[in-house]
Amino acid sequence: MTTTVYTDADQLADPVAERAPLVLGGLDFHGLTELVAQPVERPTQPAWWIALFISLSLLGVYGISVAWLVWEGTGVWGLNNPVGWGWAIVNFVFWVGIGHAGTLISAILFLFRQQWRTGINRAAEAMTLFAVACALSFPTIHVGRIWLLYYVGPIPNQMWVWPNFRSPLLWDVFAVSIYGTVSLLFWYTGLIPDFATMRDRATTKYRRLIYGFFALGWRGSHRHWVNYESAYLTLAGMATPLVLSVHTIVSFDFAISQLPGWHTTIFPPYFVAGAIFSGFAMVLTLLIPSRVIFDLKDVITIRHVENMAKICLLTGSMVGYAYAMEFFIAWYSGNDYESFAFVNRAFGPYWWAYWIMVSCNVISPQLFWFRKLRTNVVAVFIISIFINIGMWFERFVITVTSLANDFLPSSWGYYTPTIWDLGCLIGSFGLFFTLYTLFVRFIPQVAMSEVKAVLPEASPHYPGWGHHGDDAEEGAH
Amino acid sequence: MSDIYGALAEFENPAQLYHACEKVRDEGFKSWDAHTPYPVHGLEKAMGLGRSWVPYLVFVAGITGALAGFGLQTWVATIAQPSVISAKPMLSWQAFVPVTFELGILFGSLGALVGMLALNKLPQLYHSLFHSERFERFSDDRFFISIEAKDPKFEADGTVAFLEGLGSSHVELVED
Repeated sequence: MTTTVYTDADQLADPVAERAPLVLGGLDFHGLTELVAQPVERPTQPAWWIALFISLSLLGVYGISVAWLVWEGTGVWGLNNPVGWGWAIVNFVFWVGIGHAGTLISAILFLFRQQWRTGINRAAEAMTLFAVACALSFPTIHVGRIWLLYYVGPIPNQMWVWPNFRSPLLWDVFAVSIYGTVSLLFWYTGLIPDFATMRDRATTKYRRLIYGFFALGWRGSHRHWVNYESAYLTLAGMATPLVLSVHTIVSFDFAISQLPGWHTTIFPPYFVAGAIFSGFAMVLTLLIPSRVIFDLKDVITIRHVENMAKICLLTGSMVGYAYAMEFFIAWYSGNDYESFAFVNRAFGPYWWAYWIMVSCNVISPQLFWFRKLRTNVVAVFIISIFINIGMWFERFVITVTSLANDFLPSSWGYYTPTIWDLGCLIGSFGLFFTLYTLFVRFIPQVAMSEVKAVLPEASPHYPGWGHHGDDAEEGAH
Repeated sequence: MSDIYGALAEFENPAQLYHACEKVRDEGFKSWDAHTPYPVHGLEKAMGLGRSWVPYLVFVAGITGALAGFGLQTWVATIAQPSVISAKPMLSWQAFVPVTFELGILFGSLGALVGMLALNKLPQLYHSLFHSERFERFSDDRFFISIEAKDPKFEADGTVAFLEGLGSSHVELVED
């Protein structure tokens, strides 16, 4: 039996003639297990300690910023009257948006039978969980009196007062916390067979016990796989409307209010497109270095990078369309306040933020029309950073410009962040990268059982297995 | 016989496993299983398995969650604490849709994972098959069939010979 070793060049060749497999380098089942398990099983690299040290230092910045905030109150931030929502909400929406890519990849692309998702879904889902953790931290600290946080729960407080279920802010509590929970369940379900692999490969007792505990005694039984696949499919089916609902509900925080620039019906689809856009950009930012550092280029191939760049192009164009449509509607509505809000965004005191947003989100992804740039990992990496920056500014523009200049000029103000705002933003990256650094060390970054299932030799009908053709289905493969 | 869990046969590739499963099914065994590193497509047909019950559990759990969410909000808004907010009716059900939907998804997802584990009788950290050292490779690149001793058609030597005849590269008896 001769094995063809496919490379990046094959994947970029004309797919009509012959499409190269998803996994390159001639990897078989065992080769794939070795490749994915190696970053977890090899001795700890000095570079990992350095990465962890930097991440933990940033996390420390977050700890100090939050501690000072709790001690002193939200006045340590640059909030004023009228800008009562500043960077904390900007950061919240930024992180929760990033947290959309993982579940989109694992659920929506699963339902669409996009098999290339298997190479990246584990890392993208992990990124989702960590981004949602960062996102949830912001409304938590933004309440100011953290010890009264239980007021947001569906329980009456000590005065027997229930939360207001008609408030979008309360819907948001449910939407984001349930999104985080369901993402965790989905991620864990996918991890069970891989924890079993790590258990069976373990060389020390503690590894075996710890991975064995999380593997729940998985023994690859096909009677189990039938239920497992059914559960995975139904989870994907539920996560799909969920992922679309989360940013819809986040957009309600703004859209349900009366403020010019917020009170628009375009917000839910516009926010969801932006969330997917920023999420894929963050996946690219993380995976382009990862595939080199952990030698995963045969699993996370150039085709994955190109596909994600295409999704960025699509969603970036949708976001650009939404920006244009907001302006059109502001003019077409004939509403003076609405028109002013948008002219003020582009040419008012925050013009710089608006044009950073437009150049990063609308112009930079248009470069992905060129295949040379989509398949150039350095170019994709740089553009992904631009998108991350642009999407942060989008939330800044939406949140701050509308609040700073609303109906009455006498109540206008200008918002300037303080060092503690900056500490919280940088610190939240510390939380994100700390969790991600721990993830790459202890958990297989690629869903091994899922990638094995999309290898050509995974099928009982694979020609190399010398199938005798006694099934009628033979011709279908 | 009581100290034998069953026979474990190893196969090199999914095609061998698939055909072996068809033969084991046709032989009339009931207490047997296939063990694979990934879900082999169509193997449930070769094994003669039915459809999973998980979707029904998910449906029941999801509906329960949605009803609980809607019920909680309705009860709070009309009985526990009726208060007029934005001049809306007490039972302004449109505003209750997001939380109803979210709780439906939450319960449904818990139903999917917990239901899957319950139907599979997991977690079960100890299992007789783990006595076999070769079995460790089920999670890497090998394919196994196990036939339990409690199956009425099981007879130690005969079943081992039967499995060897199916093209297995290695058959062993596993202790209970």
